[in-house]
Amino acid sequence: MMPDLGKYAEAVLSSYAVSIALLVVLVWMSLRRAKRVNKQLEDVESKVKRNG
Amino acid sequence: MNLNALWAYANPKKFIQTTDKVLPWVSVLAVVSLVVGLIWGFFFTPEDYRQGSTVKIIYLHVPSALMAINVWLMMLVTSLVWIVRRHHVSALAARAAAPVGAVMTLIALATGAIWGQPMWGTWWAWDPRLTSFLILFLFYLGYMALWEAIENDDTAADLTSILCLVGSVFALLSRYAVNFWNQGLHQGASLSLDKEENVADVFWYPLLVCIAGFVLLFIALVLLRTRTEIRARRMRALLARERMG
Repeated sequence: MMPDLGKYAEAVLSSYAVSIALLVVLVWMSLRRAKRVNKQLEDVESKVKRNG
Repeated sequence: MNLNALWAYANPKKFIQTTDKVLPWVSVLAVVSLVVGLIWGFFFTPEDYRQGSTVKIIYLHVPSALMAINVWLMMLVTSLVWIVRRHHVSALAARAAAPVGAVMTLIALATGAIWGQPMWGTWWAWDPRLTSFLILFLFYLGYMALWEAIENDDTAADLTSILCLVGSVFALLSRYAVNFWNQGLHQGASLSLDKEENVADVFWYPLLVCIAGFVLLFIALVLLRTRTEIRARRMRALLARERMG
């Protein structure tokens, strides 16, 4: 299944590893911040409502 | 099509309502295109007769480099909309896009260096295209730092928009550096409207799928991050109102 990458295996595999890792971190950080800000906004909105 | 209808999306509430429906579809399409494109490119394409198996790096390097430049150009458009029309969503969309553009530029630089080492015998050269990409990356970092450094959102949007206008020179230089200075190690464009200049079909089709995947991923992330910025801005406004009593 794995293609024979010959003498350039290290270069090809490290390119894919670095790129996929960077993309995964970017997506994960974006989702984490979205979740955190949603929660904080809900808290602030309910506090504002309570205070009238 | 009535272009004026586009301004409706400058309303934060309307933007969030619309993206509620669009975002899941764009995200699924992005993941599918990326998985299909990268698997096709990695497992089912042959070696190049000159570059050997390193040609498989093209499926990451070219789409990320394309996005690095085009994300900045998208930021330029939204910054101009902010300067001219003062729509907050456009300024926040530019802010949301910057980290995505920075990561795309970093991927282009990293894969370029890893590809360059076996092909050129060096990780780095002060070649026009490489250098302009490095400067573009520094502009992305500066742009994000400027947003973080200024407390007032409107002032931050004004100053970052001006920085974006200045950085656009480097975004364009990154694209046309090879044409301006006919020197350096980097080859000419891999993609062109002239079919004769493109890479061979066997590499071209999976590359197109990967480019579509990167574009869709960018759209999904910008929509998600813009929604987050809109909510963060609303939260800051509510807290400020609370403080003033």
